[in-house]
Amino acid sequence: MREVPAEMKFQKRNGWGIVWRALVCAMAALCVAGAAAAQAKNPYAGDANVAKLGESQFRSNCAFCHGLGARGGGRGPDLTRAQKRHGNSDEEIFHNIHDGIAGTAMPPATSGGIGVGMTDEEIWQVVTYIRSVEKKANAETGNVARGKELFYGTAACGTCHMVNGKGGRLGPELTSTATSRSEEYLVDSLRNPSKRLAQGIMEAMKDFPQEYETANVTTADGTKYQGVVLNEDAFTVQVLDTREVLHSWEKSSLKKYEKTRESLMPTYDEKMLPEKDLRDLLAFLAASAGGGK
Amino acid sequence: VKIRAAMIGALLLSFAGTANAQVTADRLLHAGKEPQNWLMYSGGYSGLRYSTLDQINASNAGRLVPKWAYQTMAGGKFETTPLVVDGILYATGPDDRAFALDARSGRPIWQYQRALPPDIRPCCGRVNRGVAILGDKVFMGTLDAHVIALDAKTGAVVWEIAAADYSKGYSFTLAPLVIKNLVLVGVSGGEYGIRGFIDAYDAATGERKWRFNTIPGPGEPGSETWEGESWKVGGSPAWITGTFDPATNTTFWTTGNPAPSNRGIGRGGDNLYADSLLALDPDTGKMKWYFQFTPHDEHDYDATQVPVMVDDGGKKLIAQANRNGFFYVIDRTTGKLLSATQYAKVTWSNSRDATGRPVGSKEGEPTLEGNPVCPGALGATNWMSPSYDPQTKLFYVTAREQCDIFSTAPQVFDAGHAFYGSAYFPNDATEPYWGALRALDPATGKLVWEWRHNSPAWAGVLTTAGGLAFTGDAEGNFIALDAKSGKALWHFQCGASVIAGPMTFAIDGKQYVAVAAGSTLFAFGLQ
Repeated sequence: MREVPAEMKFQKRNGWGIVWRALVCAMAALCVAGAAAAQAKNPYAGDANVAKLGESQFRSNCAFCHGLGARGGGRGPDLTRAQKRHGNSDEEIFHNIHDGIAGTAMPPATSGGIGVGMTDEEIWQVVTYIRSVEKKANAETGNVARGKELFYGTAACGTCHMVNGKGGRLGPELTSTATSRSEEYLVDSLRNPSKRLAQGIMEAMKDFPQEYETANVTTADGTKYQGVVLNEDAFTVQVLDTREVLHSWEKSSLKKYEKTRESLMPTYDEKMLPEKDLRDLLAFLAASAGGGK
Repeated sequence: VKIRAAMIGALLLSFAGTANAQVTADRLLHAGKEPQNWLMYSGGYSGLRYSTLDQINASNAGRLVPKWAYQTMAGGKFETTPLVVDGILYATGPDDRAFALDARSGRPIWQYQRALPPDIRPCCGRVNRGVAILGDKVFMGTLDAHVIALDAKTGAVVWEIAAADYSKGYSFTLAPLVIKNLVLVGVSGGEYGIRGFIDAYDAATGERKWRFNTIPGPGEPGSETWEGESWKVGGSPAWITGTFDPATNTTFWTTGNPAPSNRGIGRGGDNLYADSLLALDPDTGKMKWYFQFTPHDEHDYDATQVPVMVDDGGKKLIAQANRNGFFYVIDRTTGKLLSATQYAKVTWSNSRDATGRPVGSKEGEPTLEGNPVCPGALGATNWMSPSYDPQTKLFYVTAREQCDIFSTAPQVFDAGHAFYGSAYFPNDATEPYWGALRALDPATGKLVWEWRHNSPAWAGVLTTAGGLAFTGDAEGNFIALDAKSGKALWHFQCGASVIAGPMTFAIDGKQYVAVAAGSTLFAFGLQ
């Protein structure tokens, strides 16, 4: 009954598009012949119309992990952060989308990799879109050195979290978290740790994102353990207890096995972590992520 | 026990008698009479995925061990259901591989891989679910939208035919269905704004005998259910193998989502025959009737689940646990809906039409910023095969409890490019995803038992006269359950998610159960 909206009309590519497509084809031919020499410069840089097309591609192919508006999701980093863990240049971002990122859950955008797959042209559209939603980092007010002291000292973050190889492993590794999560997210994680468990960025070698659920276990001989679930299937569970001892159990052998989504992490409210300390901690995390690539 | 011994004797005889004999249309019709073989995707024309083999049973399943493993060396999802014919196993792998193995040892007889063009457009992995067989040929649909016939003895290509333009997003992933002398296939590509179809090809020559367009053209009945020109790009693929009722000469096929999947604006109307069950004449492709599960779908609720033919007390039914979260029982002689019962969490629908069919609600529609809806985008189930066990009279389905946020946005159609109308993404406000194998009673629609999976699974189900239900999980376990109670009797960690349906066969009087996981095809038998 309604009129066919513009989006459903069959649009012809403009002449430029055809030229571009020919260029892409030529590039593809080169790629087949040898090393994939993606061009270093985004041909669409700053083009708002292309960013709009990129948003559409982003919704279809990227939002499942990276969230609407590129604000991050359960599996993928927040891409509005200007500092990217795996490279900041257009060329690097193109490469990361095109070829995936080894050792992470980021797949290559070839057929059957990301969503329905993207052409080089569409990847550049997405790069243009990501650039259009990036936020300038807030002027950092915190004191990095003091943040580091807090992290490993009185705030005791380092008991469970690792930064640059130093710290515990009961909670998520945090070296580059400031490149993948928004500041609001990090603040919320400190102030309300159980509201949303670690949105484990999906690890390449696991079937599900590591969420650091809390496990309470009683073994057949009555020994009690508390820890985080590292992995689990229908029949077995792998738990890291609070002393960082790894346990592997057949669930059927346990007297009790309970999982809760109440985090083992204490709630860092304003009494425990005043605003100034919070800024200092964030400054430390931002600094530790800064050099990361 | 006596019966079993007699049957094994018969199996041995029949193996000796039929070795190297060709698979005739008549053998396919009576596939149940040779349970040592698995002659088509779902085991037989009814789509039950049930076997009368009972050597492996509830009392000895704990003694199952791997007998052999075959490595495809391929990456990607391994979704095949093998066929077994007189000791030879035929299956497919990712990137359009096909192979024949000695079913006793897992050693290859021949291996084939199609040279695919670089610009194919498979939406959801470079997958294939299996072959069909007739005479001296096995048939396969390919990712570049061809149907091919391979010599069953050598794997050599006998004929190949281009069914559609792969660069526009058409592809084949399903196992074909052979009926009489015809090879039936349905197309994939609902993510690209294709116009779906079901084709029939002459098994001897590859000549196309008929095509049923799953979206009617202008002037045809049903075309009024598409706004403007939206029918041209309306999707409605048919990417799962159908079933066949020889008594009425009717083949049943199911269809997928209308395109763009997440955007109903611009394709106003019910969008026939997307998300539907189609009853077709296999000789002509003429439609006898249809039943649409999800009118004007905006959540990608493909109805591409095998339409299982259930016979119960003279009633001739189709049972389907649909991706949209309802378990439908339909009279397969008329297409009339008999019942639709919720079997998983549902929020997209809160009312029914005059026939009792659930219909969508305003509150369930996707929005620009996203609206949480259950089931999620991957459905309350998906393409994984269910099973119906005539002994327990239960219907077994892999259920996925996963709600997602559905967003919608305008999208320009560009042939061969993604045409979703936006996206879905996980909803962290709801409980974490989980899954279950559920045993449903088609007579009441009620849940009889469930086996809880740690996370939503992608494995199909096989039931056997041994009182067993076999399935797998996303964590890599292949599991044998007591079909009556749902109790786990045995499991094996395959090391990769099971994303395929199990099957069973016998050779030399010994029963095997086979399943694909990772890049490996496993065959299990008793120790």
